[in-house]
Amino acid sequence: MTSWEPVIGIEVHVELSTRSKMFCGCAVSFGDEPNTHVCPVCLGLPGALPVPNRQAIEWIMAIGLALNCEVTERSVFHRKNYFYADLPKNYQISQFDIPVCHDGYLDVVVGGETRRVGIERAHMEEDTGKSTHVGVGGRIHAAEATLLDFNRSGVPLVEIVSNPDIRSAAQARAYAQELRTLVAELGVSDARLEEGSIRFDANVSVRPQGETEYGTKVEIKNMNSFRSLERAVAHEIERQVAVLEAGGEIVQETRHWDEEAGVTHSMRTKEGSSDYRYFTEPDLVPMHMDDEWVGAVRATLPELPAARRSRYVEMGLDPDQAGVMSDAHAGVRAIFADAVAAGSPPRAAANWLTGEVTGWLRRTETDPEDLSLSGAHLAELVAMVDDGTVSASAAKEVLEGVLGGEGPPRRVAADRDLIQISDTAELESAVETALQEHPEAVANFQAGEKKAIGFLVGQVMRATQGKADPKLVNDLLTEKLSH
Amino acid sequence: MSELPGDLHDLTIVAAGAALRSGETTAVELLDAVLDRAHRTEAQLHAYLTLDRVGAREAAETADVELAAGSDRGPLHGIPIALKDNMCTRGVETTAASQILAGYVPPYDATVVTRLRRAGAVLVGKTNLDEFAMGSSTENSAYGPSFNPWDISRVPGGSSGGSAAAVAVGSALGALGSDTGGSIRQPASLSGVVGLKPTYGTVSRYGLIAFASSLDQIGPLSRSIADAALTLEAIWGHDPLDATSYAGVYPDPTADLDEGVQGLRIGVVSEFAGEGYEPAVEEKMAAILDDLSGSGAEIVEVSLPTVDIALSAYYLVAPAEASSNLARFDGIRYGLRLEGATTEELMARTRAEGFGPEVTRRILLGTYALSAGYYDAFYGQAQRVRAALRDEFEAAYQKVDVLVSPTSPTVAFPAGEKVDDPLSMYLTDICTNPLNLVGHPGISVPVGVDDQKLPIGFQVMAPALGERVMFRVAAEVERLAEFSARPLLEEVAG
Repeated sequence: MTSWEPVIGIEVHVELSTRSKMFCGCAVSFGDEPNTHVCPVCLGLPGALPVPNRQAIEWIMAIGLALNCEVTERSVFHRKNYFYADLPKNYQISQFDIPVCHDGYLDVVVGGETRRVGIERAHMEEDTGKSTHVGVGGRIHAAEATLLDFNRSGVPLVEIVSNPDIRSAAQARAYAQELRTLVAELGVSDARLEEGSIRFDANVSVRPQGETEYGTKVEIKNMNSFRSLERAVAHEIERQVAVLEAGGEIVQETRHWDEEAGVTHSMRTKEGSSDYRYFTEPDLVPMHMDDEWVGAVRATLPELPAARRSRYVEMGLDPDQAGVMSDAHAGVRAIFADAVAAGSPPRAAANWLTGEVTGWLRRTETDPEDLSLSGAHLAELVAMVDDGTVSASAAKEVLEGVLGGEGPPRRVAADRDLIQISDTAELESAVETALQEHPEAVANFQAGEKKAIGFLVGQVMRATQGKADPKLVNDLLTEKLSH
Repeated sequence: MSELPGDLHDLTIVAAGAALRSGETTAVELLDAVLDRAHRTEAQLHAYLTLDRVGAREAAETADVELAAGSDRGPLHGIPIALKDNMCTRGVETTAASQILAGYVPPYDATVVTRLRRAGAVLVGKTNLDEFAMGSSTENSAYGPSFNPWDISRVPGGSSGGSAAAVAVGSALGALGSDTGGSIRQPASLSGVVGLKPTYGTVSRYGLIAFASSLDQIGPLSRSIADAALTLEAIWGHDPLDATSYAGVYPDPTADLDEGVQGLRIGVVSEFAGEGYEPAVEEKMAAILDDLSGSGAEIVEVSLPTVDIALSAYYLVAPAEASSNLARFDGIRYGLRLEGATTEELMARTRAEGFGPEVTRRILLGTYALSAGYYDAFYGQAQRVRAALRDEFEAAYQKVDVLVSPTSPTVAFPAGEKVDDPLSMYLTDICTNPLNLVGHPGISVPVGVDDQKLPIGFQVMAPALGERVMFRVAAEVERLAEFSARPLLEEVAG
C-alpha cells in the first residue's frame, strides 16, 4: 500500500484598499452603483494611458517585506494578453519575470508545529471588471445577457505565490489565515473573503511518500472561506489518491470547488489561455526601488503576528494562547499590554481577554474599539481574585458589570454585593447550620465518603448567596468534622 | 477683405500671427480662408475626415475677442490648425480612419489637443490617415484615400497624409501628425512641407490612439521651420498623464534658428543611398550638402551598418505592440459591434469586419511574433537590434552634431502602385523608421522638386533632446534650398 504525500502551493490575490486605482485616479470603492468609478483609463478607451499608483507600489513592498521577501531593485510591468469582456484593454497590466518582491517565507503554526512556507514572488497587477450573467440559471451559456461593471477594473491587485511547501489541508488553511491576518494588520487591504478582496487558489498534487519529483498539479478555485479552502484541498487530495490508486492518471487542469456538493469539478479550459504573449508594457517605465525607498517603507511596518506571538510566548503565555492573543483585535491587545504594565501576570490577563471578554464581545456584538474595560481595570480584577476579595465565579459577574459600564471592578463588586465573606465568625454560624440540617452528609463523611464535604460547602455557599470564600468554608468544615 | 499680398491660406503661422496682431486680419478671416480652401480642394484631395466648422468658428471668435482685449496666448493664438484623426477630441468624432471606430466620439481631449486649445489655436478638423496610422500612402483609410496636391494621381505619403495635404494646399496653416516609423516626415517629404518627429517622450501620447507605444510620437507639419518650432513649443513638455513623458529640462528649439552651420559637423549616413534611391533625390541631396559645406559645415560620411536591418526589426516591434494595443477594439464598449452567439464570436466578428486588410495583417504578424516559442527569435531579437542601433547612433553623435539623409528614397508615387505590395510600401520608410527605434528626433525639410514638379525632402537627425541643433541645421537647409514652390492643384470652382 503506497502512502501519498500531498504537495500544495497557494496563490493569493489581495485587492489593495488604496484611495485610487492602480493606473488612474478613480476611487477604489465596493458596492456602489455599477460603472460609477470609471474613466478613460480603466475603461480602456482609445488613447488612454496608465500611470502607476505610488501608494500601491509601497504597499506591495510592505507586503513583501512582511513576508521576508527581497524587493527587486528594478522591476518591470508586462502585458498579459487575453480576450475577455470584463478586461477592457483585452490585456492585463501585470508582471512577468521581474516581480516587485521575491524569495520570502511565512511561518505557520499547525498543531504546535511550525512550518515555513516559501514565498516565490509577490507581484503587482490590476484587477478586472465584473461580469454578471443575467438570464436562465445564471449560467453563461444560458444567459440572455452579460452585464459589465468596471468599478473594480484597475483596482490594484497583489498576487502572492507560495512555493509548493504545504503538505496538508490544515497547513493550507493555516497559511491562508496567517496571510490574511498579515495583510489586514498591514492595513493595505480590507482582506475580506466574502467580498473577494482576498482570494485563494490552490495548486494540489500528490506523490508517493519519499518521491522527489512532483506529481501532476491541479489548480482549484472558488473557495470563499478558510473552511472551504481546507475542505477543497482535502477533497482534492483524496480524489487524486483515489484516481492514482485505481491506476489512473491526473490531468493537469483547473477544477472548481462546489461548496454545497463538497467536490471539485473540472472547468472548461479557456481556449488559448496557455499563451498570454507577455511582453514589456511599453506605456510604462521600469520602477526603481532603491535602498532608501525600501528602508522608508520598512520603517512603516507594524509589529507582525509572528514576532508578536514569540514575544507573548516569552512573556509566559503558552503557544496556543499566544496565537489566539496575537490574532486578537488591536484594542484587545492594547488592554493586555496595559494590564501587564499595571502588574497583572500575563497569563491571567490573557485568560480573561481570550475567554470571558472575547465571549462577551461576541455575545453583545460590541466593537472591541468600544470596550469600557481598561488595562488597569483588568489588572485590578486579577488582583481581586488573587487575594480572595471576590471568588472566581463572582469575578465573572464583576467583569460583566465593568464591561457594562458600571465602573471599576472594586466598585462593581461592592455595588453588586459580591465581596467574599472572609470573616470566620460570620461563616461559623452558616457552617453550624449546614451541619445541623444535613446529618446524613455528616454521617457519610464520617463513614469515609470524603466528597460529602463538597455537598456541605455548596450548602454554605447557597446560604451566603455565593459570597463566602469557598476555601475558607472548606477549611472550617474540615475542622468541625474531624472533631 | 485682406490687404495682405497673396492669399491668407498661404501664410506661414509666423506671418499670420503678425497679421493678426497688426490688425490686418482676424482669426475668423483666417478660418474662413482655410475653410474656403478646403471647400475648393477637398473633392480632389480628401485631406479631412471631419471639419468642425462650428467648434472652429467659436474658437476663432473667442481668439479675436481675446486678441482685441490684449490677452495674447502666444504664436498659435487664432491660427487654424488641423489634427490627424487619431488624436482624441472631446465631442468630435475620432475614428483613426477605421471602420471599427465609425461614429466614435471621445469624452476627453488628448493632451496635445488641450495644449493647442490653451494656446488659442483654432482646431479646424480631423485629417485622414492610414487606418490606425498603419501605412505610408494614406490609401489604407477605411473612408477612402487622400491624394497629393502636387499631382492628384499620386499619394500624399502617409500615414499623416491628410495633415500633409492640408498644410500643403492651405486648408490649414499647420497640422499635427503622428510618427511611428516616418508617418510625419515621409508625407511631409512627399507633399512638400516641413514635418517633425520630436524626441520620444517629449510630446505626450495621452489621447493619441496607440499604434506602437514605444515608437509613436506626435509632431507638427508646417510650411516653415520656424512654424514647426513654435508649434512644437506649444505641444511638448512633461505630462503627468503619460508615464513615458520626459520630466527633465527641455531644449529651446528656436534658440539657434539664425545661427547658421559654421563649424558644425554634419554626418551623411552612407547606407541611405544607392539602390532604390531616385536619381533626382540623390542629386538634390548632393546639392544641399554642397551648399551646407559652403555655409561652413564640415560634411563627413558616417556608416550605420545596423540600419540595414532596422526595417526588419521595426516590422516586428511595431506589429507586436499594435497587436496588443488594438486588442481593446472588441465591440464591447464602443465603436462597431457585430452580434454573435457568444462573447468570443461577437468579438471575432466585430474585429474581422472592423479592421482593414493592412491592420489585420499587422495584428497577425505581431501576434505571431509574441507567441510562445517565437518570442525570443522575433520580438526579443528585434529589441536587441534596437539596442545595437541605439549604440551605433550614439557613437556617431560622438563624432558629428547631426546626421542627414533623404527623408524618402522616392518622390510621391502613383496612387495604387504599392497598395497591393506591402513590402515595397514598407521600404518607403527605410530612412525614417530607425529614428523611431532609437527615439531620436528627425525633421524633413522640403528642398526642391524633381522634373515632374514633385517635392523632395531632406532629413536632419539629432541625438535625443538634440532639437536645438537639429533646428539650427534645418533652418539653414531651408534658407539654402529657397523652397518656395506651391502645389499646382487646379482649384475646383466652389
